[in-house]
Order: sequence, then C-alpha cells, then structure tokens
Amino acid sequence: MESLAPIVLSVIAAATPLLFAAMGELVVEKSGVLNLGVEGMMLGGAVVAFIVGVETGNGMLAAAAGAAMGMALAFLFAIMVLGLLANQVATGLALTLFGIGLSALLGRGYVGTPLPALPKLYVPGLTDIPVLGPIFFGQDGLVYLSIVLSGAVAWFLYRSRAGLILRSVGENPSAAHAIGYPVIRIRLLAVLFGGAMAGLGGAFLSLSYTPMWAEAMTAGRGWIALALVVFATWQPGKVLLGAYLFGGLTLAQLHLQSMGIIHIPSQFLNMTPYLATIVVLVVISRDAARIRLNAPASIGKVFHPDG
Amino acid sequence: MIALERRLEVSRFWLYATPVLAVGLTILSGAVMFAALGFDPLEALHAYFILPISDLYGLSELTVKATPLAMIAVGLALGFRGNVWNIGAEGQLILGAITGGGVALAFYGVEGPWLLPLMLLGGMVGGAFWAAIPAFLKVRFNANEILVSLMLTYVAGLLLVYLVTGPWKDPMGFGFPQSRLFHDSATLPTLFENSRMHIGFPIALFAVVVSWFVVSRTLIGFQIKVVGLTPPAAGYAGFSSSKVVWVTLLTTGALAGLAGVIEVSGPIGQLTPSISPGYGFTAIIVAFLGRLHPVGILLAALLMALSYIGGETAQIVMRLPLAVTGVFQGMLLFFLLASDVLAHYRIRFGSRRSEEG
Amino acid sequence: MTKLTRRSFSAMTLALGASAALPARAADPLKVGFIYVGPIGDHGWSYQHDQGRLAVEKAFGDKVETSYVESVPEGADAERVITQMVRSGHKLIFTTSFGYMNPTLKVAKMFPDVMFEHATGFMREKNMSTYAARFYEGRAVVGVLAGHMSKTNKVGYVASVPIPEVFRGINAFTVAARRINPAIEVTPIWIGEWYNPGKEADAAKALIDQGADILLQHTDSPAPVQTAAERGIWAVGQASDMERFGPEAHMTAIVDHWDPYYINRVQAALDGTWESTDTWGGLSTGMVNMSAFNKALPENVVAEAKAMEEAIIAGTSHPFMGPIKNQAGEVVVAEGATLSDGDLLGMNWYVEGVNGKVPG
Repeated sequence: MESLAPIVLSVIAAATPLLFAAMGELVVEKSGVLNLGVEGMMLGGAVVAFIVGVETGNGMLAAAAGAAMGMALAFLFAIMVLGLLANQVATGLALTLFGIGLSALLGRGYVGTPLPALPKLYVPGLTDIPVLGPIFFGQDGLVYLSIVLSGAVAWFLYRSRAGLILRSVGENPSAAHAIGYPVIRIRLLAVLFGGAMAGLGGAFLSLSYTPMWAEAMTAGRGWIALALVVFATWQPGKVLLGAYLFGGLTLAQLHLQSMGIIHIPSQFLNMTPYLATIVVLVVISRDAARIRLNAPASIGKVFHPDG
Repeated sequence: MIALERRLEVSRFWLYATPVLAVGLTILSGAVMFAALGFDPLEALHAYFILPISDLYGLSELTVKATPLAMIAVGLALGFRGNVWNIGAEGQLILGAITGGGVALAFYGVEGPWLLPLMLLGGMVGGAFWAAIPAFLKVRFNANEILVSLMLTYVAGLLLVYLVTGPWKDPMGFGFPQSRLFHDSATLPTLFENSRMHIGFPIALFAVVVSWFVVSRTLIGFQIKVVGLTPPAAGYAGFSSSKVVWVTLLTTGALAGLAGVIEVSGPIGQLTPSISPGYGFTAIIVAFLGRLHPVGILLAALLMALSYIGGETAQIVMRLPLAVTGVFQGMLLFFLLASDVLAHYRIRFGSRRSEEG
Repeated sequence: MTKLTRRSFSAMTLALGASAALPARAADPLKVGFIYVGPIGDHGWSYQHDQGRLAVEKAFGDKVETSYVESVPEGADAERVITQMVRSGHKLIFTTSFGYMNPTLKVAKMFPDVMFEHATGFMREKNMSTYAARFYEGRAVVGVLAGHMSKTNKVGYVASVPIPEVFRGINAFTVAARRINPAIEVTPIWIGEWYNPGKEADAAKALIDQGADILLQHTDSPAPVQTAAERGIWAVGQASDMERFGPEAHMTAIVDHWDPYYINRVQAALDGTWESTDTWGGLSTGMVNMSAFNKALPENVVAEAKAMEEAIIAGTSHPFMGPIKNQAGEVVVAEGATLSDGDLLGMNWYVEGVNGKVPG
C-alpha cells in the first residue's frame, strides 16, 4: 500500500497537463470551433510561465502569465477563423508551427536555467495520512485548479444558461444567430478560454512537471489532448476520466517494461497508449446515436451570417 | 463598422491576387521582425528567397524537397474536398517506406529493372493499407478518422524503429539502428549528373495532372465534391459517402506511401529511424495553401520547400536562429490563410453598399 | 537601410558567388560549419557541441568564422544542408549525429577539397574523419559511487535508443557497481528517444516506484535528475553538468566536452596538417569529463571513484576488464582479458546484473 501513493501521484502529474488542455479544447469544440493549435498554445504558455517564474519567483503570477500567453495565441487564431473566416484545420496547424517557433525564440535565454518546483500543499495532519494524504492534500496548486476548472466546465456546459447558449451555437450557429445570439462573440470567448487552459497546461509542464524550459518540451501532449476530446465524446466527465486513463497507461507501460513481466520489444509497449485510444474510439463510436448526441454539429465549419 | 459580405461567385481576381498579397505582407512584417531582432532585413530576405534558388543545384534541391509535399498534398486535398480528414499521412508515408523498403531488402543484391517498380508498388500498397484502417473503422464503426489516422502515425513510427533496430538492422552496421544501404537496382535514378533531382518529381507532376483530371472531369471527383459540400444532397442523389471515404483515404494513403518509398529509395537510400521530417503534416498546410487545387498545391509545395531551405541558408550565412524560421513560416501561413477571405467575401465599410468587386 | 548595410549585403552576394570558383586567399578566415541534430536549446547533446563551436571561436578569433544549422533531420535533408555548407565556402564541417553518416560520406566524395568530421560513425574517407567519446569510462566511475551508495541494491537506468553506445554505458556501469556490491541490479527503461523531458521524468518515476534509490540516465534532459531530487534519491547527470537541477541529488555528471577536440582539429586545418583520423577519446583526452562530486558523498567513496578515474586515465584499469559474465552467467571476458574496441563498437548485449531482455 505504501508504494501506491507515489504511483498515483505520478499518474496525476501525467494527467494534469492533458486535463487542462483537453477541457479547454472541449469548450472550444462545443462552440463549434476546432482549434488544432493546442500544442502551439501549450508551448507558448510553458515558455512564458517559465520566464515569469524565473524573473519574479512567483508561481501564481507565472501560471497566470502562461494562461495569458495561451490566450494571446488563441486570439490570433480567433482573428483568423472568426474574423477572417480562414479554414480552421489549416489555421490550427499554422498556429502550432508558429507557437513552436515563437516559444523557442522567447526561451533562448532561459535554456538550462533551473527553477524550484511549485510549492506543494501541506496541511499538518491531513497530508501526513498514509497513501491518501499526499494524494489529496499534498499536490501543487495547479493540480487542484485543473480539477476545480473541470468541475466548473461541466457545470457551465450543462447547468448554466450561458453554457446552453454556447452549445446551441455549436449545434446550429445559424439558428442561434437568428434568435439573436452573438455567435462570433460567443465563439471568441470559447476560443480564448481554450487558449488560457492550454497555456495553463503548458505552465504546469514548465513549472511543476519538469520545472525547466526546453524547446518543444510538450512533446505531442497537445495532440493527445485533442484526441482525448473525441475519445470522451465531448463529455467533461469522460475528458477527466480519459486524461487520467491516458496518464495511467503512459506510466503503466513504463512499469511493465521495467518489471520485465512481458518480453516484447519496448517499441510495441510504447505503441499501447495509441492503440488503446483507437480501440476505445471504435468501441464508443459504434453507437452512432450517442456520438451525435454530444458532438457539436457545426464543428470546424466556417460560420457567416449570410449562410 | 467593417462587415463581410459573401460573394455570389468566388472572385477570380482575388483568387490569384491574394497569394501575392500574402507574400508581400509576409515580406514586410518579416523584415520588421528581422530588424527588431538585429538582423539586416534585406540580407535575410535574400537568404530566404533568392540565395537558395540562385543556381541550378538549388532549383534541383527545391524539387527534391517539394516532391513528397506535393504528392501527399494532392491526395489530401481530394479527401478534404470530400470532408474526409486524414491527418495521418505521415504514418502512411512511413508505412510505404517500410513496405517499399522491405521489398528492396528482401531482394537485396538481386539486380533487375523490375525491382524498382515493384518497390514503388509495394510502397503504394503499404500506404494504402495504413489508410485503409481509418477508412474501415470510419465506415464500419463510425470512428473519427482524424484521430485514428493520427494515432496510427505514432504506431507506424515505432514500427519503423523496431524494424531498423531489430530484424532489418544492417548486419555490418555495428549495431546502429539502420538497414543496409539499398543496392543499385533498388535505388531511384537521378535525372541529372551531380544533382539529387530524381524521377519522383515527374511522378509528382503526373499525380498533379491526374488529380486535376479526376477532380474536374470524372464522376467520382464530382461525387467527392458533392459529398463534401452538402452531405444530405449527396444522399438524395444516391452517392455513397462510404465510397468517398474509401476512395479518398486509399488514394491519399497510396500517394503518401509512394512518397515514402521514393524518399528511402532516392535521397536517403536506406531505412533509418527518421525518414521524414514531418512531410505528412506539412502537406496538410500545403493542401490548404494551394486552395485544394492541384496546380495551387504544386506552387504551395514549392513555396513551403523554399521556406525550409531558405531557413537553412539564413542560418548558415547570417546565423539567424531556426526559431525565427518557424515564426516566419507561421506568419506566411497566417497571411495566406487570412487573405483567402477576400476571394470569398467582399469587405463593406459602414452601411454604404459598394457595388464593385 | 543604411549605406553600410547595403554594401555588406552586396559584398556577401559576391563572396558567395566567388567562393565556388576561386580558392580562398590565405588571409580569409577558415569557415567552419557545424550541423546539429537538435536545437541548440536542448541543453544536451547539440548544446554541448555548440559549446565546442563557441570555444573554437574564442580560441581562434578572426582566424575562423563558424556557422551552424540546428535541428537538421537525419533524412534526405542532411545531405542538402551539408552541401549548402560546402557551397557557401566552409572548408571544415562537423556533422554531429550518427544519422548524418551516409550523407556526409556522399558529400565528402563529391568535394575532396573540403574536410569533414563525423561524430559517432564508422565510415571514413581521405577527407572524412570520425570522432566519438568513450562515455562508458565515466559510467565505470559512477558505478563505483553507486556500488557504495545504494541501499536497496536497485539502480534505475533511463535509456534512450538501443545502440552500442547505450549498451556500453549500461554494462560498464553495472560491472563497476557489482565489483563493489555484487547484489546490485540495474533495470533499464527504454523510452525510444534522446530528448523528451516529460517521458524521461515518467520513466524515472516508474523506476523509483519500483525501489531504485540511484538513477542513471542516457537521455539528455535534466528531468530525471529533477525527479530524483524531488523523491530524495541519488542521480547522475548526462551530457552536461546538471547539478543546479537537483543539487542534493546530483552525485556527478558525465559531461560531453568537445572543446579540446574541436580546437585541435581547427588548428590542424589552419596549419594544413589536417588528416583523416579515427578518434575515440575518453577521460584521458578530456573528451569525457566528470563534473564536481557531490559534497554529501562520503570522502572515502569519492576517493575510490577518483582512483578509478585516474586508473582509467593511466590505462591501468579498463571498464571492460575480465572477468565479465553475460546475463546467462557465462564468462564472456576471462580474467585478465579486456574487450577490444571492435567488440565494444558493436556491443548489443547485457552483462550479468542487468534486468530485462535486450530490446529489438
């Protein structure tokens, strides 16, 4: 039992950046916009958070700066696809390319700079409880924030009026427009929120997961986050579950490899998270009705009032 | 207030003028960025756009770099027109390299003019097979092809690493992860002495022409367009969207696989763990820059290739960091994509109606 | 645009145009090119090579002019970049990754007047040298530390890609550690990449969770050192001094130190004495360095490690001196014998004490 706590902590750490980014993208996609630039926004968030962290020593400020950078990049995306009606897939890919370059440029002076990890919560008595203590009361602030924001997203989408409007915009923007909802403004807010969340995901990487800056350090997590949204059939609860499942799977294959339980080449073990995603995707997609129930109908399509 | 008004017909003028406008804007803002970073803007632009293609060698290299991009993008565009989002061309390229390269290794040392065509065919079959998986899962189980094809890209990459570090490792290679060098009959001939321009480029041109023909002159091309534009209408007309999924994915896969086997039998000459610097992903951008039109794609592939090579040149001659190239490419893409709006919409200022355009 | 920059602009164009046709004048600086596989911002392999380039600039001033291209993919692009280097007048070109071997060879054959240096490969030409470092010597020194310091007798090893260099490191370490403490077992996790901070941290955590109290890495990011520091166990840095990423965990680091080799080769090129060679330098040539040992390590342990380092430098000890057994327990190197460089070059097996099967 004693050895369980660190394993769970590792899974939580692996899941948190995915959770941030995927929850953000979920809201974006629910509004009918597909932003494939998550990886670029995460990198932007990671580098700016790290720079602010080094310069000010203030973790809160650093995370906020990361979120702001993610938002700034998302704003660029919004101008392109909402203002100038550019293709969302291509613009998202361009944003990733741009984010990789820009973050590398900004971070040039910060390579090889150490930064103390974000402080972990310590509640005397509670944190000291074996196994459960460190899991529930010994994390850093961003981990709690990711859980709180996930709950907030779920509540917003399904329990608030604003969330209902956002979903109707994603479902049928023309109808929403006809009723008088400001489609473009609602989508802009959703895209900005997605950017901030991606930025937070990046900030978690450079402030807590591996407190350093290195070029392209997100290493494809932005893409995994995108996969998670579909994997979860656009439902917040399943995004949360999926992020933890994926984090667990990533670590499980490393454990399997080092325990030498099964003797297959490491490349095949490394394939397991991707193959598992496909299998789960197939299983959940077979029920077409369920997918259609949650998938935003207008996703990825340009909206213009003239139709 | 500025408003956009949809044009009834796509503006011919702006369709051709916007790329020029975008390149102009990129050059302007690029110059500002270079200057801000302390580099001579004129020298930088010269290094990006002129130096790399200022002689025949440079031009031939441009075709080498543009060949896989154009070949894959032509296939992708077919799918994108039909709303089939294959994001995993990179994986299909790798599989094509594996199967085509596997043919070369299976017949190692066997000379004969039949080997190279067999390899190219093997590459196409491999790429098509890898694309058939998302096609099957989409048609049969409704699984999202964006994710399946993307996940399969990672799987293909790991499979290649397994093969070159395991069963296909060069027995004389001191344990390093790479296959034998392909022998002469398994190596793509170059077109000119002292250049790496190989027959892949004419093949890519051929693919461009065929694709143009398919899109504009054949029934399946028409079906793809209809399914892409208005799925319900296609249903009424009796077109099967499953057929479009299969046709576009298999075509893209085959073309990507072909690009893969051409890379390994041409400029690389063996199987190594990293055979593509992300051609399959860059081709997505190329397809959109070319406005999904075969000729546009060819030009876009050349422009993208130039920006990569120019980035290298700028590093060599003026020590411009690679990161700047990423930002510069990003700007170019943003401007090209953004200016597209002018072709489809007209800009109105205030409430006055403008009659021109 | 000032007049001055415009002139330098046109001058550059002329120089480029002329370089192919005219031999460089004696007063012209020697142009030295470097090709890196990663970004110089990786703070690992490519970063250390770039430190070597900067040392060359510092040592020779205006007698040389260096340039580099970073993140060059090891595929069809490498040959073009190397050729571009040649065509822009570079006379000495360092290609710093194994994957550049065949492209370098091809270009070297095409341009016999240009000197090439390829890192970690085995193909040579009249105008193409190879160079590599015996990093495994450093692993043997670290093995001494681990042999004394491990309490759980479990060592975790974050491994990258299964190539001989990595096998040599794992084996040299294991042999040295087990000579001190025969109960030591080494468990590698192969992550299949050289540089992926998140994945390196994940692998480190998995190894620690299974009881490892000393962590080694043959990947380039400081993430495993950070993770070890967080979990309160020992770690060893790789490629560069990683002390500041986990001061309390960092026992020492095995540092790539290319400066002396690069300066030496540039000097030879300037003197006209450059010849194609095969260099495999280690602790004795300064190509591999141990960074400062952690102050918290017991003095006698550090002294023993330093003694090992000196013995290797002096040639009185060798990391692969027998008796060495393989995983099946068979003696593969007899007492008194030593593995030859040829055997080491192609090493792809584990010694006794390494857990798991050889990948691939």
